[in-house]
Amino acid sequence: MECVFGLVGNDFAVVAADTSAVHSILVHKSNEDKIMILDSHKLVAASGESGDRVQFTEYIQKNVALYQFRNGIPLTTAAAANFTRGELATALRKNPYSVNILLAGYDKETGPSLYYIDYIATLHKVDKGAFGYGSYFSLAMMDRHYHSGMTVEEAIDLVDKCIAEIRSRLVVAPPNFVIKIVDKDGAREYAWRESVKDAAVASA
Amino acid sequence: MQIFEYNGSALVAMVGKNCFAIASDRRLGVQLQTIATDFQRISKIHDRLFLGLSGLATDAQTLYQRLVFRHKLYQLREERDMKPETFANLVSAILYEKRFGPYFCQPVIAGLGDEDKPFICTMDSIGAKELAKDFVVAGTASESLYGACESMFKDDMEPEELFETISQALLSSVDRDCLSGWGGHVYLVTPTEVKERILKGRMD
Repeated sequence: MECVFGLVGNDFAVVAADTSAVHSILVHKSNEDKIMILDSHKLVAASGESGDRVQFTEYIQKNVALYQFRNGIPLTTAAAANFTRGELATALRKNPYSVNILLAGYDKETGPSLYYIDYIATLHKVDKGAFGYGSYFSLAMMDRHYHSGMTVEEAIDLVDKCIAEIRSRLVVAPPNFVIKIVDKDGAREYAWRESVKDAAVASA
Repeated sequence: MQIFEYNGSALVAMVGKNCFAIASDRRLGVQLQTIATDFQRISKIHDRLFLGLSGLATDAQTLYQRLVFRHKLYQLREERDMKPETFANLVSAILYEKRFGPYFCQPVIAGLGDEDKPFICTMDSIGAKELAKDFVVAGTASESLYGACESMFKDDMEPEELFETISQALLSSVDRDCLSGWGGHVYLVTPTEVKERILKGRMD
C-alpha cells in the first residue's frame, strides 16, 4: 500500500514516499520516485493510481512552468496548491483523478509550507500530513514527536521513526522509501532508505 | 459510505437582540481519521454576512469560491453589499442548478439585514430554504444540536449571553458526535463589531 507523509520544520519542509510500483500482487519495481520536483522550490509527493499520478503531476508541473515563462515570476506554494485543487475539482465530476497529493514548498516571504490535497480536491494547509494505510502509523508518530520549529536532524529522525513503524506494523509494508527536502536553497533529494535493492541489470 | 458524513461537521447559527452568532466545529476528517483540527467552516462574505458550509469539504470549498465570485460581481455592478435574504436566494439558486448532480453541502447563512435585523437560514443540498426566527443547525451533529438549541435558546439575548448559549450548545452536541469536534469557532456579530472566538472543548 502506498505511503506518503511529510512535515514542516524550522525553515524547510520534508516529504517521504515509498518507492514500490505495484499492480495487484506484483511489484513491478521498487525504486519508483513518487516525489516530483515541481519547480525550484516545490515538491509534489503523490500517491494513488500510477497512471493518474504521473499524468496529473506532470500536467501540474508543466502548467506551473508555463506560468513562470509567461509572467516572469514563479507561483507561490499557496497558488500552486490552489491551482492543483482547482484542476482536481474541475475533473471530479467528469473524469476524476485518483491521486492524493502532499505539496511542500518554500517561499521567501512566508517560509516553508505543506498542503494536503485529497483525491476529491479537499485542500488544507497542514504542519504534518500523510496518505494511505501508512498514515495510521506515521500520523500517530508525528503527533507524538512533532513540534514546531524542528531542525533538519530532528525532522529526519522523526521521518526515520515513521518509516520504522510502517516497516514493522504494516502487513504489506513497502521496503524502500525516498526522502526529499525543500528549503531556501531549493528542492532536492535528501536520501533513500532501502531495505531491498533491485538486482542490477546484466549489461549486454 | 455516506457522502455527507465523509468529512464530519457541525454548524449552528442563533439570533439574539440586534445581533447573531454563528459557530462551527474545527475538525477535518476522512471518515474515521482526523486530518486537521483547525479547519475553517465559516467564511465572511461581507462585514454583516457570514456563510457556513457543512458536508463534503471539497464541495464546500468549491461552493464558497463560486459564491464569493458572484458576490464580488454583485458588488461591482450594484456598488453595495448583498442583503442576507438576497444572498440566501443566490445560494439556493446555485444549489438547485445542480439538482441532478448536487453539491454535497448544507449551508448556514447568517447576516444583519435592513435596520440591523438579524437573519438566519439553512437549506438542504438542493437549495430548499429553511428560514427560522431562533436558530438553525447543520452537519453530522445536527440532531444533537437541535435538542441542545431548543432547550438552551431564549428570545432576545444580549451578545454576551448569546455567545455563552451558542458555545454551550455547540460543545455539548459535538461531544455526542464522533465525526465533529476538536474545539469550536464562534463569530458574534453586532451592528458595530464582529467578535471571533475559538473554543477549547474535548479534544477528541
